[in-house]
Amino acid sequence: MEQIEVPDQFVDNNEFQLEGIDFITNGDQYLTFTLGEENYGIDILVVSEIRGWDVPTHIPNAPAHVKGVTNLRGTIVPIVDLRTLFHLGEAEYKPTTVVIVISLTNERVDRTMGFVVDSVSDVLNADVDEVKSHSSFGGSVPPDYVDGLVNVGEDIVTLLNVEQLLSLDDDHAEH
Amino acid sequence: MAIEMEQFYDIFFEESLEGLDVMEQSLLSMNSGSETDLEIINNIFRAAHSIKGGSGTFGFTEVAEFTHVLETLLDEARDGKYTLTEESIELLLRSCDCLRNMIFALQAKESIDTEQSKELIEAFNKILDEENGGGGSAPSAELASESNASAEDDGLKNWQIVFVPEPEVLQTGNEPLRLFKELAALGELSCKAHFDKLPSCEELIADECYLSWTLELKNSDASEEEILEVFDWVIDECKLEVKAVSGETEQDVEREVESKSAEVHEEKEIPNAKEEPKQAPKPVAAKPAAPKSGGNENAGSAASASASSIRVGIDKVDNLFNLVGELVITQSMLSELGNNFDMTKLEKLSSGLEQLLQNTKEMQESVMRIRMLPISFAFNRFPRMIRDLSVKIGKKVELIIQGESTELDKTVMEKISDPLVHLVRNAIDHGIETAEERLEKGKPETGHIRLDAYHQGGNIVIEVGDDGKGLNKDAIFNKAVEKGLIERDVQLTEPEIFDLIFQPGFSTAQQVSDISGRGVGMDVVKRNIKSLGGRILIESKIDVGTTIKVHLPLTLAILDGQLVRVGEEVYVVPLLAIVESLQIKSELVNRVSGDILLYRLREDNVPIIRIYEEFGIEADNVDIDNALLVVVEGDGQKVGLLVDELLAQQQVVIKSLESNYKRVDGVSGATILGDGSVSMIIDIPGLISYSSKRSRKRSHVKAA
Amino acid sequence: MAQILIVDDSASMRNMVVTTLKSAGHQVVDAPDGQAGLDKAKSGRFDAVVTDLNMPVMNGIELVKNLRNLSSYKYTPILLLTTESSMDKKAAGKEAGATGWLVKPFNPEKLISTVARVLS
Repeated sequence: MEQIEVPDQFVDNNEFQLEGIDFITNGDQYLTFTLGEENYGIDILVVSEIRGWDVPTHIPNAPAHVKGVTNLRGTIVPIVDLRTLFHLGEAEYKPTTVVIVISLTNERVDRTMGFVVDSVSDVLNADVDEVKSHSSFGGSVPPDYVDGLVNVGEDIVTLLNVEQLLSLDDDHAEH
Repeated sequence: MAIEMEQFYDIFFEESLEGLDVMEQSLLSMNSGSETDLEIINNIFRAAHSIKGGSGTFGFTEVAEFTHVLETLLDEARDGKYTLTEESIELLLRSCDCLRNMIFALQAKESIDTEQSKELIEAFNKILDEENGGGGSAPSAELASESNASAEDDGLKNWQIVFVPEPEVLQTGNEPLRLFKELAALGELSCKAHFDKLPSCEELIADECYLSWTLELKNSDASEEEILEVFDWVIDECKLEVKAVSGETEQDVEREVESKSAEVHEEKEIPNAKEEPKQAPKPVAAKPAAPKSGGNENAGSAASASASSIRVGIDKVDNLFNLVGELVITQSMLSELGNNFDMTKLEKLSSGLEQLLQNTKEMQESVMRIRMLPISFAFNRFPRMIRDLSVKIGKKVELIIQGESTELDKTVMEKISDPLVHLVRNAIDHGIETAEERLEKGKPETGHIRLDAYHQGGNIVIEVGDDGKGLNKDAIFNKAVEKGLIERDVQLTEPEIFDLIFQPGFSTAQQVSDISGRGVGMDVVKRNIKSLGGRILIESKIDVGTTIKVHLPLTLAILDGQLVRVGEEVYVVPLLAIVESLQIKSELVNRVSGDILLYRLREDNVPIIRIYEEFGIEADNVDIDNALLVVVEGDGQKVGLLVDELLAQQQVVIKSLESNYKRVDGVSGATILGDGSVSMIIDIPGLISYSSKRSRKRSHVKAA
Repeated sequence: MAQILIVDDSASMRNMVVTTLKSAGHQVVDAPDGQAGLDKAKSGRFDAVVTDLNMPVMNGIELVKNLRNLSSYKYTPILLLTTESSMDKKAAGKEAGATGWLVKPFNPEKLISTVARVLS
């Protein structure tokens, strides 16, 4: 499993944990990226690398958002286009198109996958109390995939649930 | 520092089970051979002895007690005092089973069932008693004599010890000084040396001991036993008197004490002085040797560390080590080249890359060899099995094993073991005739089962042969018709008829026997072999015998593949599945039931599978005429795969798709090609069933 | 601290002896049979040798005899690991030149103290 080097100050997840409030987020730093016009973020601790788009090998009869598999230093890694998965914008492949490789190992999931996004924007620091529940929102992203929303200036960043992304649970996406 | 004994348990279990295998094989070989080889008995003895030593040390009393009895009998056999009979061999074989069960129980941390071992111990003791006429339990008697010497007395005592060693005592590394030091630990020691036997200088031999001593041990709480224990190692090389003395010791003791140290010193210095010059050059030689032996030791203990480990010959590891060395050299050469590269060095670069390719290839082979074990691991269970079976069903059967050193992958070995057992049981049960039948046919009374293994191309072929009655074509055909497996009017070739016995639910035996448990047998065998990517073939002649040949890939990690291109995708077709590749002649294509295309390949009609259609991709060529067809066989069915181009044939390393994705219909895995791209490996049987399911669905849709 | 050679065909016993003696601060080299032990003895310099009796290729008695024929091991303490049932083997071991023996089963403490005894 890939592990990224994370400076010590990022690792302490519990620092901002408030008692009695159960947020699903397990980190307070998020990698933000764009899908079409919208901003999204994922827990930076599960990001193992960011690489350029490269046409992967087609998987027979895979759903449209699974673009194929690619070779990541000897490991076969599936590539999912988040724009297709969430029906956001045009799934164009330009020089700025990037793949965020996510790797998670816990008792429920043990997977490495790559996710195609339009571009990577920034690292977002968000305190737990800045994360708003998303239930009042109805967006193009199925609610299972959303951990919460964060306001950043004028914009809203949707924080995605990593386990759900890696679950290969297509039923929710194909709507 | 307490040593945690538990850390050695796994190794002990592993080596004990291995020892038991050796024991069993040796016992079986004794049974068939008339002359009892001392080396074989030695092997058996050693195995029992090791298990006993280990179990005692690690605290597995039940095992230790049981092996002690075994060992006693084997020791007598080894010394020629007792000749192993058929009966005792049988008992020893049962002991192997019993010990195995004990070790399994220990491994599972369950309590040991001693019922079986008790019964066996009794049986062994009976044999021993008969042999020795009562004096059988010699070892325990010896033990007793050792311990009855203790006359306990609590108070402090004074002892006088007269110690007259033989001249050779120094040559076993026993220095009197060391003994005295030990005695001094037991009380106040004083010592008087006697020089009366000391020869003149010219007669003196440096490493012989001419002195004797009278020792006084005062105020000691040691028992006579403890004092004797100090002299335990030299007791046969000296005259020793130990007696308790009361009250005051002799007057002249004080004076003698002074002389003691001086003499002992002198004693010590003589041999040392002689040794010194010889030792001097030693350290120089010792230095380069030390790290090497240290390395070996590490590799050895690491290899036997965990329960599911494989033992790897040191040569294989060394070889790998050398290759890594070469790889490092090539790498540094290449990176140096890269540091200041210009076009004049192009040739150097390409030769460097060539070397890298070579290194990598050799590495791959070498790593694969580590996983390879000789097939004897799978064959070894058969002598015992055949012995037991032949007794059970009253047929005389002899086993011939060949090619047992042929190597194959550990995983394949584990999976092929059960199918092989089934084939062998089948051969004994249904192949080999009874002794009477055989004699009637003019065959030797004893039937033969032959196990053979050899490499052929990238495969291993395992043969299970018998010289029994052979397969009766007509009987099989009729049976298959009766069972509704085939129509009576079909024409089948001989191999096709033989292949019927692998059909589910087929049985040629008149009665279902408990040995090969018919009905679920051969079809499962075939399925297992198929799942390993292998094939099974039958050759048989009436009254001559049957040989079943199992072709298997050497490893499950690597596959010989044919690369094919369909549109932009490259797929790997397992070479083993390919029957032939051909250019389609349009006149041989027949369209049936709408969508299905059949290609006439000699007598066969082969359905054509259009990969681009099944996999939902774009192909260059959707026209059947002149297209390329790769005819493959999977699950006994031939199909033709429509491809755009045949590319290279190469070995590919199989990678799982499921670890990060999920199972995909028609694909068994993926591999990484030379250019770093990923290629899907086509699962032929899977693709066939997927394709036929799809076409059924399609025809349903059409019908609706 | 001393250099000790342990020769035993049983991997578990060998492991146990090696681990035990290392824990007592000794440097230990092991070998799985007498011949391998003899080779290692020749290529190194050991302060003591601990050997099993029953081993393939070359047994403990043969090993002791061979070691005693080497000038560098003429007086080196050699301990035999024996079981109580092979008392007669002790005599053979002595005759071959073994210093002493350690009766199996033994515990690590006994092993350490016995080795310390011959190293003193």
